[in-house]
Parts: sequence; structure tokens; C-alpha cells
Amino acid sequence: MNQKYEPKILALLCTYCTYTAADMAGSMRLQYPPNVRVVKLLCTGKVDVAYLLEAFRAGADAVMVSGCEIGDCHFLEGNLRAKERVEHAKSLLDELGLGSGRLEMFHIGASDAPKWAAAVEQMNRRALELGPNPLGRRATGPARPSEELTR
Amino acid sequence: MIVAKRKPFAEIVQAAEPFHRVMVVGCGTCVAVCLTGGEKEAGILAAQLDIAAQMAGRDQVFEVACVERQCDREFLDELTEAFDGCDAMLSLACGAGIQYLAERFPRTPVLAGVDTTMIGVNSAVGMWDEKCRACRSCLLTLTGGYCPIVLCPKNQINGPCGGAREGKCETDPERDCVWNLIWQRLEGSGRLEVLKSIQAPRDHSIRNLPLKQVHPAYQRRYSAHD
Repeated sequence: MNQKYEPKILALLCTYCTYTAADMAGSMRLQYPPNVRVVKLLCTGKVDVAYLLEAFRAGADAVMVSGCEIGDCHFLEGNLRAKERVEHAKSLLDELGLGSGRLEMFHIGASDAPKWAAAVEQMNRRALELGPNPLGRRATGPARPSEELTR
Repeated sequence: MIVAKRKPFAEIVQAAEPFHRVMVVGCGTCVAVCLTGGEKEAGILAAQLDIAAQMAGRDQVFEVACVERQCDREFLDELTEAFDGCDAMLSLACGAGIQYLAERFPRTPVLAGVDTTMIGVNSAVGMWDEKCRACRSCLLTLTGGYCPIVLCPKNQINGPCGGAREGKCETDPERDCVWNLIWQRLEGSGRLEVLKSIQAPRDHSIRNLPLKQVHPAYQRRYSAHD
């Protein structure tokens, strides 16, 4: 690869905690890798295994999910569900050979901007160590549903 | 409901390897409820297979379809157009659904993506317990609603074997003796006298052949000389 490898990192963030922390990190002028793409969710309980696999199919080098600290979920247990799903998705990534290291769950409170910056640093370092996603940057659509086929 | 478990990923990959276009077919009933073979699980498996194929450099396409029930002919008909051009179908239905799918599309290789494990209940989120072996001669009226065929390792139908200690089975100290449970429940409902009836030996030969069942209202329709 001639071009310098800059990992593409997807971050799925809860609006009540980590998204606010990421916003605060900006206000605080904290420096962290700019190659993280943030998607704001109402709660990490919305995260599904299908989304995580789709991110890797689309070429993400690493995916981070970050919700509230344990016990602090606005919806009581959305972050706990996300934690279980991320663990399950990690096992699926291991069995298919991509490796679970590219995916991680974090718990970062709304006031914890430095923790957010550190988490991005950590995932960026990990993505650099693991190298590019072998699927590359090809634009891949989702597996086609039957409606499309019958059209 | 019928409970199934997804086969090991390596086994599925190996089965699908010879085919270019593979349709992963989910089933929207029992296997969807047990989080094994519904539309979502079909999509997840297709995504996994797609990533694995790309990483291995195999030219494969995985498509997803899901029908309400693979054990009903009218629902399988929905797949007729969708499957056109597919080299194989990977079914995530129970054993009955997989067989019916193969019967409906006899020229298409049908691969099994799950192992059917039991008839069970959803005892907690993401957890199932076996409750029935479909033995065709139900004793539950006489056993307080506990099935000794499933819950007794010796399948005792006329009382305990005598090996239980403090209400636990001699095969496993963690396992409750089902005959102890049966006694307690019947005693609690004032029905201990039902235990006095003796059950005849079970006819296991009836399970050697596949069963065909016709509802009484449809007997005329299927009788040979009508």
C-alpha cells in the first residue's frame, strides 16, 4: 500500500453520555485522532449485531460502541443490552476470522471528555496494529432482501 | 415451540463453499422466537458468510429471504421467484422446515444451517428448557404436569427408581428427582390418588415410522375411496 494507512473508525454513541462527552472534548480542545466517524444513537440499546457486522462489511477498520456507565442508562438497561450484543458480535467476528479486536464496548459518562479522547486513541492504536480491514474500502450494500429479487 | 441451534460456522462455510449464489432462508416462527433462524439471524449469518468469503477470496454471493413458516406449502411458494438463479439454499428452519423446503425445490441443493434441538419453553430471555419429546402418549395428566420422559434419565413412568437422595437424582446431584416433584405437586393439589394407577409398558415401536395425522374434519377429503 503506497498511501499511509489511516484507520476508518466507526463510533456508535449514546446521546445521553458519550456523545455529550465527545462534544465536550471539542469544547475543551482535546486532541484525539480525527479519523473517527460518530453516529449518535438515542441509546446504545439500539445497537444490533447486524449493524456491527454491516459496518465491517462496508470496510470499517474498527468499531466502537460507547454507552453510559453501568447503572446510569437513561433507559435503565440499554447499555447492558449493548454490552451483551457487542460481546456476541465479537464472538461472531472471531469465528469468521476477522477477529474480535476490531470491535470494543466502552462506558463513558457525559462529563468524561478525557476518557472519550483516550478511548479513541486506544481504538486508533489497535486499528493501526491490526492493519486495514481485509475487505477494503469497497462500497458494499446490505445482503439483498427477497423483495428486491422478486422485483 | 421447536428450538434449534445454529450449526458451527466452519461447518456452514464448508457446506456452502461449492456454491456461488446462496440464499439464506429464515423461518419466521419457532426458530425466529428462539433467536436462531428468523429474518434477523438469516441476515447476520449472510453478513458473516459474506465477510468470510471475501476474506478467503471466494466469489460468493449471499442473499437473504424469510418466510413465515417453512413447514407450510403456501409460504414456501413465496420463494419461487426469489430463489431463481440461486445455486443453493441454506435453511435456518427446524428439520421439518428444511425437509419441506427441499421437497418444494427438489432441483436446488438445500443445506441445513441449524441443528434442531428440542421442544421447549422460553424459561428466561435467551434461555430454553426442554419440556417434551413428542412421545405420542402423554402422561402429564397423571404426573402433575411434569414429564418423566424428559425429566427422568431412566424415563420411569411408574414412580421413582429408588436412587434419589434428598430429592436429587442419583445421576446428578444438581438435578431434581422428577418423581419427587411430581409427588409434591400432586400432594399440593390433593390428587395423590392418581399415582395409584399403573401405566402399561410403552410401545416404542410406534416411533419407528413417520406419523401421518389427519384432522377428523378432513378425514373424508383424504380417504381413498370417497
